[in-house]
Amino acid sequence: MKLVVINYGAGNTQSVKFAFQRLGITPVLSDSREEILSADKIIFPGVGHAKAAMEVLREKGLHVLIPQLKQPVLGICLGMQLMCKFSEEGNVDCLGIFNESVKLFEPKLKVPHIGWNKTDGNDDWYYFVHSYYVPQNEFTTLSCNYITQFSAAIQKENFSAVQFHPEKSGQAGEDFLKKFIEA
Amino acid sequence: MLAKRIIPCLDIKDGRTVKGVNFENLRDAGDPVELSKIYTDEGADELVFLDITATHEKRKTLVALVERIAATINIPFTVGGGISTVEDVYALLQSGADKISLNSAAVRNPKLISDIAEKFGSQCLVLAIDAKQTTNWKVYLNGGRLETELVLFEWAKEGEQRGAGEILFTSMNHDGTKNGFANEALQQLSETVNIPVIASGGAGTMEHFYNTFTYGKADAALAASIFHFKEIGINNLKNYLHQKGITVRL
Repeated sequence: MKLVVINYGAGNTQSVKFAFQRLGITPVLSDSREEILSADKIIFPGVGHAKAAMEVLREKGLHVLIPQLKQPVLGICLGMQLMCKFSEEGNVDCLGIFNESVKLFEPKLKVPHIGWNKTDGNDDWYYFVHSYYVPQNEFTTLSCNYITQFSAAIQKENFSAVQFHPEKSGQAGEDFLKKFIEA
Repeated sequence: MLAKRIIPCLDIKDGRTVKGVNFENLRDAGDPVELSKIYTDEGADELVFLDITATHEKRKTLVALVERIAATINIPFTVGGGISTVEDVYALLQSGADKISLNSAAVRNPKLISDIAEKFGSQCLVLAIDAKQTTNWKVYLNGGRLETELVLFEWAKEGEQRGAGEILFTSMNHDGTKNGFANEALQQLSETVNIPVIASGGAGTMEHFYNTFTYGKADAALAASIFHFKEIGINNLKNYLHQKGITVRL
C-alpha cells in the first residue's frame, strides 16, 4: 500500500511520518501532484496558522488537487480545519470540502485547548492542541466538549478528518491510525 | 473533560541525560531516548527536555537527539534550553519536537515570542519563567543566576499577549525542596492568564500534585528527580489522583 503524507511545510509532518513508521509503514512525503494521485491513501497533516497554510497550498496548486482526490484522505488538526469552507484564523477561504466555518473558541476556559481529552461516548484519550474548532455538523462522527460541543472527527465520502493528533495520542492514537490504514 | 497532565522533565547535556536515574531494565541510564520510552509506557502525558549544553557547537547534537526521540515516543514533547532564534525553533520543530520553551531569550528579546507564534503558531510555544519570591515574585534569568526587574504575573501576561501558548512556571523558592508547589502564586497566575499553566518546582509527594491541581489551579505539573529516582511512579501517581477525583488519562 502506498501512503502519501502531503508535504507542504506543516509542523507535524515528521511526527506523522514517525507514527506510521512505528506501525511498520513508511509513507512518502510529497507535494507532487503525481505522487499524491498515485497514492492508495493520503494524510493531510497540519499544525500552524490557517492563512499561512492556505497560502502555501495555493502556491503549490494543492488547493485545487486536494478536494478532487478520490482516495481515502485523513486530515489531521489544521488539516481538518483547512478542509472546511472558511476559517476565522486569518479570515481565510479554505478548501470547502466540508461546508463549515472554523471558529475561535470563546475564552470561557483556557485557550488553546491543550491536552488529553475524551470524545463523547468513548473511553479513548486523544491529544488535542487547538484554539479554533469545527462546529458540530451533519458530518460529525466524533464530538468533544470543551467550552462548546465541537467536532473531534468528521467524515464525508472519502474524506475524513480529526481535530486531535493521533500521531501523538499514545496507544489510542496508534490504534486509530492503524484502522485508517487497514480500513 | 480535559485531563490534568503529568510531565517528567529530563535535563540533557551533550545529548545525554544528566540527573541520576534509578530504573531497573534500563541498559543505559544516560540515554534520553530509552528513558523517554519508559516514562511514556508508565503513562507520562508529555515530556520536557531541557538542554543545558553550554557550547553552541555541541548543541547540534540536540537536533539529532530530538529526531531520535520523535521517532520513538508517541506522546508530545517540549524542548527547551538556550533557544534564542527563530532558526533554532525551526530546526527543532522540523526534527519532530511538538513544542519549544523559551526562557531567558524571551526576556532579552520579547519580540521573539511574537515572531515564533506568528510563524509556527502559539500551540508550539511554552514560555518558561523562573521566579523567586522576595516581596514580590521576581523573574530570574540564566537558570536563576540573574535577577531582573520583571514581575512574574506581568511578564506572564505579556507573554500571553505576545502569543505564548502555555506558561511553565518554576518557583525557585520551592525547587528542590520537595515541600510542594508554589500553589498561591500558581493560583494567581492561573487567574492572570487564560492559557494553560504548568507547575514546576517542589514536588515531593503525590499529595503535592493533588494540591497543585486543586488549590494551585495548575493545568499540568512537571517534576524531575522524584520520577528519575523512582520515589513516585507515574502510574501510581495517576491512580492516586484519579481516586481523589482529579481527571487524569489512565
